[in-house]
Amino acid sequence: MADDYVLELEHIRKEYPGVIALKDVTLQLRRGEILGLIGENGAGKSTLIKCCSGAVIPTSGKIKIKKEAGGEVKEFSRMTPQLAAENGIAIIYQEFNNVGELSAAENMFLGRPILKKNGIVIDRKAMEAEAAKAFAQLDININPGELVKNLSVGYQQMVEIAKAIQQNAQVLIMDEPSAPLTTKEVESMFKVVELLKSRGVSIIYISHRLEEIFRLSDRIEVIRDGEYVDTLITDKDPATIPHQVDDLIKLMVGREMTQKYPPRKPCVRDDVVIELQHVYGNGDEDISFKVHAGEVLGLGGLVGAGRTEIAQVIFGARPKDSGKIIFLGNEINPKAPRAAIDYGIALLPEDRKRHGALLTNSIKNNISMPIYERISKASVIDSKFEKATAEKYREDIQIKCPSIHQLVKNLSGGNQQKVILAKWLAANSKLIIFDEPTRGIDVGAKYEIYKLINDLVENGVAILMISSEMEELIGMSDRIIVLAEGKMMGELQKDEFDADTILTYASGIVPENKKEAS
Amino acid sequence: MNENKFMTVFKQNAIWLVFIAEIAIFAYFNPKFLSVPNIVNISRQVSYYGIASIGMTFVILIAGIDLSIGSIIALVNVVCAYLMMNMGWNMWLAILVSILMAILIGVLNGWMVASIGIPAIIATFASQTIFRGCAYLLSGGLPIPGVVLEHPTFGFFARWALNRWDIFKSMGQVGLIPICAIIMVICFAAGSFILNKSYFGRYFYAIGGNEEASELSGIRVNKMKYLIYALSGFFAGLAGIVLLSRSGSAQSTAAIGFEFEVITCVVLGGVSVAGGIGRMSGVVAGVLIIGSLKSGMIMMNVSEYTQMVVQGLVLAVAVGIDCFSKKRQAS
Repeated sequence: MADDYVLELEHIRKEYPGVIALKDVTLQLRRGEILGLIGENGAGKSTLIKCCSGAVIPTSGKIKIKKEAGGEVKEFSRMTPQLAAENGIAIIYQEFNNVGELSAAENMFLGRPILKKNGIVIDRKAMEAEAAKAFAQLDININPGELVKNLSVGYQQMVEIAKAIQQNAQVLIMDEPSAPLTTKEVESMFKVVELLKSRGVSIIYISHRLEEIFRLSDRIEVIRDGEYVDTLITDKDPATIPHQVDDLIKLMVGREMTQKYPPRKPCVRDDVVIELQHVYGNGDEDISFKVHAGEVLGLGGLVGAGRTEIAQVIFGARPKDSGKIIFLGNEINPKAPRAAIDYGIALLPEDRKRHGALLTNSIKNNISMPIYERISKASVIDSKFEKATAEKYREDIQIKCPSIHQLVKNLSGGNQQKVILAKWLAANSKLIIFDEPTRGIDVGAKYEIYKLINDLVENGVAILMISSEMEELIGMSDRIIVLAEGKMMGELQKDEFDADTILTYASGIVPENKKEAS
Repeated sequence: MNENKFMTVFKQNAIWLVFIAEIAIFAYFNPKFLSVPNIVNISRQVSYYGIASIGMTFVILIAGIDLSIGSIIALVNVVCAYLMMNMGWNMWLAILVSILMAILIGVLNGWMVASIGIPAIIATFASQTIFRGCAYLLSGGLPIPGVVLEHPTFGFFARWALNRWDIFKSMGQVGLIPICAIIMVICFAAGSFILNKSYFGRYFYAIGGNEEASELSGIRVNKMKYLIYALSGFFAGLAGIVLLSRSGSAQSTAAIGFEFEVITCVVLGGVSVAGGIGRMSGVVAGVLIIGSLKSGMIMMNVSEYTQMVVQGLVLAVAVGIDCFSKKRQAS
């Protein structure tokens, strides 16, 4: 018997002027299966699913849909949002399409409200009843009348899933659904996904987190550089998983990945680059720590623990209320990023696209941005020096780009991060603050970023690294300080590193044996 | 890749084709359109919004807007004339003071936008009303006629320059190339220099692309906003002096709706209202297109009301093309 495919993408190709986003991707989704879709950033996953939703028009290729089992196969050369909905395809994006000021039920029926018999007035009760039914089907407990902005992120996502199911979606495409969720919320999301599968809904599950892919998927499709690479059948035997992970990473990256964290020579020096003494402000209380030259100080803690906030204070982006910041032996009080930059402090923010890179500017302009005033005479830029600087860092830290005149928005996440780093290297920074250095960056590029961090500390730069990835924190730091609710909970030396201890501190609890010491 | 480069260059300069097509059409319907007197006349007319469009380009590049320039021009006219005619000031001193005042109004706009945080469209709308009112108050709503200018083409500059520089003497034709057009060319060169050669230009493009990231890259965004609105005030002030030299009479009702025309020129020239994108050469084309469009329509006896309709359409189409191409890039 031939396989019953609910959705088939055949040789999808998408060209943009100057860039080929998808070369040739084929994907077959069986009825009632969960297909894991993985690939590095920039491999073309997002473009592919946008072809399914109608947000992107493929240059060539076919989309075949068989909504009902045994029904007829419809063939399309492109989708529109309306066609996608009619044919039972729904997409849960990373950023939700909810309207916060409307209730859960109203969101579910956005654009197609249930009306009262008079045909004018919205029938709120009927909508809420329908919504309640959909939530009950998913076994989740949401009050349909609640405003969406008051719901947790996990529940907001559930509203979107319920909306898809209420619209009788047969194919659910989920793009990094776990990224915004807490561990607990991820569990309930998994339950819903598995429940949907048991009802015969087919799911394409996109995630960077391979353990999730193993937990959920029946098959895993790998794409690389806009091309189909391979499809594997998931083996859920825990013993074989590490081996499979290695294989998958190899397929994704196209080369061997031997180590997650590159080795580093011991390079911590005695001289203190920055010292905070009882700093209060921007939501933080009584923060004191030192970072030495050649040291990576890890800042651990949960989201909202006040880590980004202390970075903003050091960088002059937010004022402090009291306390001292001593930088290279002198007390400083930067009132603006410009002042901090002039001292030699740099910040690579968590949200690269919003706060880090100037996406609509060229690589060259991004790199020279902090030093323009220095390389200009009577405001005229030394354009030779400007170009040479950009070329130097493009070479030194291997920014992959056709030219330094390329706009940064056309680079992958990893390369964008490198451009931001290059800018701070050009500014000759002594302290570099990394806020989530590898968020949203794929496996291969992560390793490169880690290598760059190693090069920096080996050259005597001090690094303050904020990270929510436990492994990264432990793998890269020389010391770790954990914050919770704006306060310092504890400090761990390298031989004390332990995920459980860090988590305990992060949840705001000081372990018994540490209490006496302090 | 080469083909792409060609396409980019083509797209960047497509606006000039529009200009040429427009000239061709007007010339076809009225051969006098390309006569020397008419060209001189057009260059004189465009100079005054050409000069103001440079400041407006900077403002729109950082995704701002300046609706006060028409009122600045009226006030500069009235103040300059008042100082000269009613108080007997030296001409140069009066010009200097009134341009300084225009810069100060720009600084005030910058203060409202950057330090207080009023949206640019409201802040500059407020100063539009305030300074138009000031112009009425100072002049009592009456024109101040007879301002020094015997020569229709910015006479005092012309005489001064002719006496100073042999180059103009040898050209002998300075009467044909209006001094105000020369000022406009110098201003465009300065604007192009600021955008392309000085670090200010890099900052303007960065701020227009992303204000927050610019601040975090070490740009003092607020200072730049002050500077940009002050520059807009300066260029408007200069345009005001040019207007006064041409009309010889200061009117508190001068340049009503002027900001609208300048914005049309700038946006038509390819400066994106979303900020961060645009080139000076495009703005030059935009200014020339609008200038010849107005002149052409007058020569074809198109009524003033129809002209308004056409200009509004041009603005909508120019912004529409910009937004549409962005939308298409996104999908």
